[in-house]
Amino acid sequence: MTESLHAVRLTVNGVAHDVEVPARRLLSDALRHELRLTGTHVGCEHGVCGACTVLVDGRPMRSCLMLAVSAVDAEITTVEGLAEPDGSLGAVQQAFKECHGLQCGFCTPGFLTTITAGLAENPDPTREEAREMIAGNLCRCTGYQNIIASVCRAAELRRGDR
Amino acid sequence: MKPAPFELARPASLPEALEALAANPGAKVLAGGQSLIPLLSMRLAAPGMLVDINAIPELAYVRTDDDGVRVGALARHAEVEADPDARRVQPLLSKALRMVAHPTIRNRGTTVGSVVHADAAAEMPAVLALLGGDVTAASTAGRRTVPAADLFVGPMESSLRHDEIATEAFFPALRPGQGVACEELSRRHGDYALCGVAALVDLSAGTTKAGYFSVCDVPTVVDLTPALGEVGTEPLDEAALSDAAELALGSLEPADDIHATADYRAQLARTLTRRVVAAAHADALTRSTS
Repeated sequence: MTESLHAVRLTVNGVAHDVEVPARRLLSDALRHELRLTGTHVGCEHGVCGACTVLVDGRPMRSCLMLAVSAVDAEITTVEGLAEPDGSLGAVQQAFKECHGLQCGFCTPGFLTTITAGLAENPDPTREEAREMIAGNLCRCTGYQNIIASVCRAAELRRGDR
Repeated sequence: MKPAPFELARPASLPEALEALAANPGAKVLAGGQSLIPLLSMRLAAPGMLVDINAIPELAYVRTDDDGVRVGALARHAEVEADPDARRVQPLLSKALRMVAHPTIRNRGTTVGSVVHADAAAEMPAVLALLGGDVTAASTAGRRTVPAADLFVGPMESSLRHDEIATEAFFPALRPGQGVACEELSRRHGDYALCGVAALVDLSAGTTKAGYFSVCDVPTVVDLTPALGEVGTEPLDEAALSDAAELALGSLEPADDIHATADYRAQLARTLTRRVVAAAHADALTRSTS
């Protein structure tokens, strides 16, 4: 069967991209393959691990559980869009660096996007709220302690406590 | 882990969506996709066509009045959970929605989709059944209302026809004298429950009902009134709570799987029945005195 292609405009990190994809193309794969934005990582591909989390209109969602064709009307933010305009690290990225919040780094893009949205909603989380914030993301290296510390540090950085 | 090829319709209105469904008997409706897309990716499902209803804004609503909460087919779990009117009119909704997977899934997944996906391990089908709600099903032939009691016919099987879209779920309001509670146990926070129980205690009528998930093939509501007697403002009797748990087990079919044995699930059903009924009773008392 020849698959028909759909013309789709994806707005990612403020830039519009016109691509042609088959209906079955997952948003995660469209980001990586069509747009070459390989910062979004694909782990389990069925919505459990959280590595592929991106922001859709500011809200974290699993890009492996969305079709690219369903994302046409949305503003998508990937990990590539989290840096400051001058290219320096965003608050959450800086906090991960300072607190050793990553080891192999595979899960990190999903944590960074999830925490970015989490802190926008709750700028001053307790440690317990920080745990809750990242409960939907899996990390096989860190044991999570440094990621929780990173959430709390990122909250400080966002408040300007540098 | 990629879906098999399928055709796509992305209608901008409900009539167009219904026509696309009617013309394609193998088609499935895509709303939030948080259950459907994993099924496609694992190739447990391979429909020839998807009708993506995400471009139909008229289906994205949560409306509340004195009768209850009406949830449109495109209302995301997170939107229903955060809706202050919905929380006030039927507090069981937000209590149960907080247990549905993780916030990231709730940002995309829809409450109506979860209901008609009819997973017996899911919270919202059991909540709809416990509250005696219903679903509005639309097709090119018209609309009909399907009571929850007639909706769930088997594991992941609803009584909706292939050409119907569930456009709305209706959750009846909490009435004066009523109280609700919900609790589940899972191996990890956010996972499917090993056993879940929601309860509705009515001090005015003296009745108690509980809805069960993950311990039965379909969401199961059990009337616990015969074991508990007519409940009032006095504390619940421990022996009666145990009797209620045994009564419930008579209607449940806990099964073995890699996560838990049937015996363990039965024990969870006992413990949660006692705990959740007591919590719903306490909730009713608090509401009636406040």
